[in-house]
Amino acid sequence: MNFISLTYTDLAIASLLVIANALLSMALGLKLEKRFLIAATRTVVQLTLMGLVLKTLFELTSLWLTALAALVMILFAGYEASARQKQRFSGFWTYGLGTSSMMAAGLIVTTFALTTQLRPDPWFDPRYAIPLLGMILGNCMTGISLGLNSLIGNAVRERVAIEARLTLGQDIHQALGGVVRDAVRTGLIPIINSMSAAGIVSLPGMMTGQILGGVPPVEAVKYQILIMFLIAGGTAIGLICAVYSAAWRLSDTRHRLRLDRLSPIQEP
Amino acid sequence: MMSVLQFQVTGFSRLHLGPIDFALFAGETVCLSGPSGSGKTVLMRALADLDPNEGKLELCQQDREAIAAPQWRQQVCYLPADSGWWTEIVGDHFSNPETALPLLTRLQLPDDVLTWPISRLSTGEKQRLALARVLLLKPKVLLLDEPTSGLDAEATLAAEAEIKEQAKQGSAVLFVSHDTEQIARIADRTFVLANGTINDTVSEAPS
Repeated sequence: MNFISLTYTDLAIASLLVIANALLSMALGLKLEKRFLIAATRTVVQLTLMGLVLKTLFELTSLWLTALAALVMILFAGYEASARQKQRFSGFWTYGLGTSSMMAAGLIVTTFALTTQLRPDPWFDPRYAIPLLGMILGNCMTGISLGLNSLIGNAVRERVAIEARLTLGQDIHQALGGVVRDAVRTGLIPIINSMSAAGIVSLPGMMTGQILGGVPPVEAVKYQILIMFLIAGGTAIGLICAVYSAAWRLSDTRHRLRLDRLSPIQEP
Repeated sequence: MMSVLQFQVTGFSRLHLGPIDFALFAGETVCLSGPSGSGKTVLMRALADLDPNEGKLELCQQDREAIAAPQWRQQVCYLPADSGWWTEIVGDHFSNPETALPLLTRLQLPDDVLTWPISRLSTGEKQRLALARVLLLKPKVLLLDEPTSGLDAEATLAAEAEIKEQAKQGSAVLFVSHDTEQIARIADRTFVLANGTINDTVSEAPS
């Protein structure tokens, strides 16, 4: 592969742009200069660490270490997804719901891609497994947090209508059906949009990266299509798991709407 | 004379309510009174099994646990003070719109009201439509939470007549009202909810 290797001087020159941003912020009184510098420093530190972790993982090619890295990624994704929710379940459910759904989606889809399409040797080769999982988790996380926000928000807002259906003898599946469908639909919109816009409006990041890395465009495109499909599948699996288990948690065997299982809204 | 035991509540409790014991009988109209915040709505919601609660509820000698929740709610039907609507068109909220028409007319609603969008309804129209919706189920027990609070005098009388008619056909009615004249007009007896409990002096069938 032929690609232009970057030197640290190159990065230092690029960092001038961030410093310019900070100066601009000071000149305009935006008070963002500090956050700019902290965010830029985090980028450097976090990515450097990730680079080192990946380097070690790639050298060792151990199933257990790869699995551990995957687990850590899933736990962070679960935390992010629950942190993005406006109103949450109380107790363990806040965190458990998103995390377990993402674990199911990430593992199923990544394993599917590794064992049937990419087939690296060994099958869990971290050079393929970790980036794949990362991309699937990132998108799945967005879908799940949108879906759960929609489900819980609508169940609270539509409480009177949902309970009116229950009082008339409809079961909880009928009463919550519209709210559940809306939640799944909301969570699936981003992947539909990015599939529709791919190549026309945006060159997806992974494809751009591969092209910069010297991969022929046609090959990079094939990878990007594969990833898009994997993301679509992963988002759907994770979203369905999360929305249906949340709907189950919002109801009980006596077909009641259990909003009491949500924790009070936190002030931002 | 209706004396079949219809609805028996023993050892009921929920939140700050209970223990409460009472019985409702077919054909009677009972007012549930008590100051605001005494738990009238909490009690009614729980009787319709909309919220978790403790105690034994029996309908015609059948324990509620033996009846699936949706069937329970069709027979012990609760009409909340706020009506809920889940599609844009009024008619969608009635399982059989054709059979609803005579009742809607008696409740002084316009003939074409079933084709209206929900947004066109006034508070009073919504309230009468919601009442019609539960009356059409012909439940064994009707739990009405301020069923006429938004209605003018004429519409109130029409609604009361339909409620009494339902009782005559064998339902037991428990209703919340703050209107003393209304209570005098339609209540056969009154439960007072105070300090989380009810003084049900008549625990046998009225003779």
